[in-house]
Amino acid sequence: MNFTPLFKPGSMAVAGVSLSNERHPANVIYNKIHLRYPVKVYPVNPKGGVFKRDRVYRGMEEIPGPVDLAVIAVRADLVPETLSQCIRKGVGGAVIISGGFAESGRADLQERIAAMAREANFPFIGPNCLGIYSPGKFDTFFLPGERLVRPNPGSVGFVSQSGGVLVDQMVKFTEQGLGLSLAVSIGNKALIREIDLLRYLAEDPATQVIAFYVEGFGRNEGRAFVELAAGLSKPVVVLKAGKTAEGSRAVSSHTASLAGDYKVFADVLAQYGIVEARNEFELTCFCESLSHYPRAIEGNVGVITVSGGHGALATDICADIGLQVPRLSDAVKAEIRAGLSANIRDIASLGNPIDLTGSAVDEDFEAAVSALGRAPEVDCLLLLLLPYSPGISSDLGARLSYVHQQTGKPLVAYVPHVEKYRILIEGFELNNVPVASSIDGAAFMVEAMRRCRPC
Amino acid sequence: MLSAEMVNVIAAARKHGWVLEPEALRLLGAAGVPGPKFAWAKSKTDALAAAAGIGYPVAAKVVSPQVMHKSDVQGVQPGVPDAESLAQVYDRFSRLPGFEGVVVAEMLSGRELIVGAKIDYQFGPVILLGIGGTAVEIYQDTVTRMAPLKPRDIESMLSCLRGSRLLTGHRGFAAVNIPKLTAMMLAFSDLVMELADRIDSIDLNPVFCSPERCTVADARILLAPLA
Repeated sequence: MNFTPLFKPGSMAVAGVSLSNERHPANVIYNKIHLRYPVKVYPVNPKGGVFKRDRVYRGMEEIPGPVDLAVIAVRADLVPETLSQCIRKGVGGAVIISGGFAESGRADLQERIAAMAREANFPFIGPNCLGIYSPGKFDTFFLPGERLVRPNPGSVGFVSQSGGVLVDQMVKFTEQGLGLSLAVSIGNKALIREIDLLRYLAEDPATQVIAFYVEGFGRNEGRAFVELAAGLSKPVVVLKAGKTAEGSRAVSSHTASLAGDYKVFADVLAQYGIVEARNEFELTCFCESLSHYPRAIEGNVGVITVSGGHGALATDICADIGLQVPRLSDAVKAEIRAGLSANIRDIASLGNPIDLTGSAVDEDFEAAVSALGRAPEVDCLLLLLLPYSPGISSDLGARLSYVHQQTGKPLVAYVPHVEKYRILIEGFELNNVPVASSIDGAAFMVEAMRRCRPC
Repeated sequence: MLSAEMVNVIAAARKHGWVLEPEALRLLGAAGVPGPKFAWAKSKTDALAAAAGIGYPVAAKVVSPQVMHKSDVQGVQPGVPDAESLAQVYDRFSRLPGFEGVVVAEMLSGRELIVGAKIDYQFGPVILLGIGGTAVEIYQDTVTRMAPLKPRDIESMLSCLRGSRLLTGHRGFAAVNIPKLTAMMLAFSDLVMELADRIDSIDLNPVFCSPERCTVADARILLAPLA
């Protein structure tokens, strides 16, 4: 199936637009596309008429030009007829917003539309979903634009079984300054499922990290998913819901009781180097980190800070999640010390964590980062930056970002996320260094890369 | 490929839905998953003869299609010291429901592990390895991998167990034989892949691992309902 018309439509039709109810989901969708997106859109309603000075088409086949994507928001029992119009017209694909299928006892109706689409090789998303969000291009969400938090274009492709989780995650991504290449809510996933979108996003040049919210896979579908994901060069992050459900069937063997559904899920993901996020905070941190550094590390962290307390807290968190904070060799310590300014040379603490003290200036960070960048005992740098320290300039991010370019070692920073530090934060982010808003978040950003390693 | 013998064992077990221990041990042995020296004795005379051949002390276990969980009915007697005791145990077991004889097996020693397999709905055949013993359900120190296993999967399973040091040597306990354990896991994984459409789950519990060998002491194979 060709997904291009679904995700990159030049023209759309919205079926179900009401002439009397402006709050109808189809109207919300039609209005936002008509007013705000660079896509030609046609309203469709069997009654015809005129809507907002546009002709309302009685059916898909009345529309004069080609239609790439149809958004179907009609009553469930009318969906098969609308779908068959789309197929006859040669529409490229559809998003079926309508509910009233398998989720409410009408698996038969859902199977009928899936069979029609399969037969015609016609791709559709849904039913019972929000559909597609393509930043700056279009979206099919029946939520008014002003109510949405809209991430910028970016490199994360996100696929969610739940529309609610998707919209909420868009808030979290935006808070983190993380952009999306594409977001898709797949709802009942009657036809297009996680693995189909994994395959599509793997080939999509705008996508660097592929993230999923999964409630469950179909029979043997998990196996196909991990085998495909393991062969990709792009990191795959999965947030799984339903961790505690043990399945309803009677468990008569030890193995079945010890290897519950979620235990198997988590262990198999680790086996294949697919990054499992255990909650939405991890999901956000992992996507941010992997969108900058899409690769695996062993997890030996060099910590640099201007506060002994922050160094100790970060070390505790690292140890807790299984990252190492190794001791530094005398040679590395001597190299750092030689590069420090006279002010702090005798007071800085050069174990790991490295505490440069509140008197440190930009050049001291450069000396420490540069030496750790070459130190074989660490494969990742964690910088805890407290901007109250007067010697730190807003150029620091740009000055330190060369480390990754020169040594390949990822650098992750923590800077408190308040408006007055924005210039400092952007100095890192615009130079491809991810910045966390908490110490925990920074440690998770490191952990993301460690979890890319097949266990 | 499944041998004719293995296919027969499975076919014969159909009527119970699970494979009796001596048959399961025989099937595993044929697949290269080592079990103890044992005999399936269907008379007291046979039991005594088998024990004399194996050497006391022996383990005695009831064989009955009506008894899947043998210890629930006191159907397992480890450390039987001599012929007289074995005769008594035989008499006691023979009164259990569905009695079809006794497994007489050599006593094993070493670290207790649990090895298992199940056909997972989402991922198909998966293999489990865990620290065994009576507290297995309490500590739940287990790790699962999708089959078929590669040697590096077994290495990673061992390192992921919280109790991995129990296997690699700790406080006077010598390390278990990791190459033998690896070979056993790989052979088991191959067997599970062959049996994937016939089984629901397999428990090898316990598996005894010592510095010399890794041996399945008890095995239970639950068959999948016929489609």
